[in-house]
Amino acid sequence: MSDHPSTYVPKTGFEKWLDSRLPIVRLAYDSFVDYPTPKNLNYWWTFGGILSVCLAIQIITGIILAMHYTPHVDYAFNSVERIMRDVNYGWLIRYVHANGASMFFFAVYIHMLRGLYYGSYKAPREVLWILGCIIFFLMIATAFMGYVLPWGQMSFHGAVVITNLIGSIPLIGGPILTWLQGGFAVDQATLNRFFSLHYLLPFVIAGVVILHIWALHVAGQNNPAGVEIKSKEDTVAFTPYATVKDGVAIIVFLFLFSVFVFFMPNALGHADNYIPANPLVTPAHIVPEWYLLPFYAILRAIPDKFGGVIAMFGSIAVIFALPWLDTSKVKSMRYRPVMRWFFVIFVIVCLGLGWCGAQLPDAQVIPGLPSFTLFDGQLNSYLWLTRLFTIYYFVFFLLIMPWIGLKEEPLPVPASISEAVLAEHNKKKG
Amino acid sequence: MSEPDNTAAAVNDDPSRRDFIYIAAGATAVGAVGAIAVPLVAQMNPAADTLAMASTEFDLTKVQEGQQIVIKWRGKPVFIRSRTGAEIKAAQDTPLADLKDPQTDADRVKAGKEQWLILVGSCTHLGCVPTFGAGDYGGWFCPCHGSHYDTSGRIRKGPAPLNLVVPEYDFLTDTRVKIG
Ligand code: FES
Repeated sequence: MSDHPSTYVPKTGFEKWLDSRLPIVRLAYDSFVDYPTPKNLNYWWTFGGILSVCLAIQIITGIILAMHYTPHVDYAFNSVERIMRDVNYGWLIRYVHANGASMFFFAVYIHMLRGLYYGSYKAPREVLWILGCIIFFLMIATAFMGYVLPWGQMSFHGAVVITNLIGSIPLIGGPILTWLQGGFAVDQATLNRFFSLHYLLPFVIAGVVILHIWALHVAGQNNPAGVEIKSKEDTVAFTPYATVKDGVAIIVFLFLFSVFVFFMPNALGHADNYIPANPLVTPAHIVPEWYLLPFYAILRAIPDKFGGVIAMFGSIAVIFALPWLDTSKVKSMRYRPVMRWFFVIFVIVCLGLGWCGAQLPDAQVIPGLPSFTLFDGQLNSYLWLTRLFTIYYFVFFLLIMPWIGLKEEPLPVPASISEAVLAEHNKKKG
Repeated sequence: MSEPDNTAAAVNDDPSRRDFIYIAAGATAVGAVGAIAVPLVAQMNPAADTLAMASTEFDLTKVQEGQQIVIKWRGKPVFIRSRTGAEIKAAQDTPLADLKDPQTDADRVKAGKEQWLILVGSCTHLGCVPTFGAGDYGGWFCPCHGSHYDTSGRIRKGPAPLNLVVPEYDFLTDTRVKIG
């Protein structure tokens, strides 16, 4: 798979027989056992493994739920309630699936921010990064369609709002919207096709994950020092070192997962979704699931309908372009004293966008503070706070990334991974 | 077709015949892919039963003055609002210059039936159902992203670009309407 020579030696007669016909054991051995792994990987690098576990959990619980679920406007809500009350362990499987989506996004955001901080998107890992972005985009689509299936109030009106985004495209938007919904409103046809696609997309994700891992093994893993592997000294074998480290992280992650499933299974959901869908009444406060709130906030920040849609998709599109927006020669922000501060602000802004996405746009940020109207809203409102954050979000990618990369004076970068590890070791020893 | 001449020389000597076969085969394949794509894409469009949506009749005596009733038509809510004199006047007196999507109130109701405002209750922003009587203009307020509509269902403030849509409808009698 990668440029390191295969060290697999088939032992039994069967392995030898198989190896000369389909070297699948060799592939697994070279990829996950004797794969040379940078020896300085920290715990931020365990989220790839955690994400594979998340995908597996979602697929297994999802297939089971599909055995009990009915994709029909009259029965969907009740079939979900039946899963919760009557199906053996149905409550457990559904809560794992529903909270699993949140855990999946939690892990993927950390995974992406890790890539951002340590420059994992830079040459020669651009394709690896883009494949990851595709997975992220597919995850959003899958999660959105999955949220529609219980056919509660949030499901229904969320589906109305999001499909109507397409309708804002000039000229062709209307016909595409009707085509997508299969009618003139979100209805049976929409629910049925969302179920079909929600079942399909995770397998597409799994396919792209294989490409993602393939690309990872061609380019080799990045690492906290951001310097490439130079010699065997810089690496350890994937098994047992990385496998065990991943295992520890997965166990801790599953603890967190269990806390949600067993003690607060509805903490991340919305109470309105336990009301059956009613096309005639929109919930007073409609919000998407927490993991989509930042994008929802960006959508609402723009006063123009189509402009909001462009901004929302643009906020995902810039992530794809990141490898070409960052002009710095240094990968890891450990050695980028200026950029790392902009990174910290970026993380805060993303959290802030998520916070704003859950608020009413006209609500006051600081209650009671006198303010004035700026264009179309009070300055002291979430509308303007969201706009401020949205501006930073785009400026970070489109201006700060290219500009700081050229201007910044990076700290001395270690010559090799070994040198970085030794330097840290000596520092600790004092 | 004449007798095939399979010698290598014959094949090489006649490049135009080769090209023709390639192009013809390629064009057929493209045509076939297109023909296969048509049903696969078109099945997503509204089915015949969805298209044959019936029209709805409604008895207006059910609505009290100053109130609205919401009915379902083509899967969407329809507002049937009985406006008060003050609401009608407010709608008629609004200067067109104040409107984002300029339309007179007279264009949005049937002549002589100004009391009755019949609208598709779907926000022109992203399709939420606006709340009756709320907002800065006494018409509707959309809770999703804060669009304000006036007592003629015209957009006054917020992200929605257009006025609430007036569906096709007819008065069968003074107290009965047929929508659709
Ligand atoms: S859907 Fe009504 S304001 Fe957005």
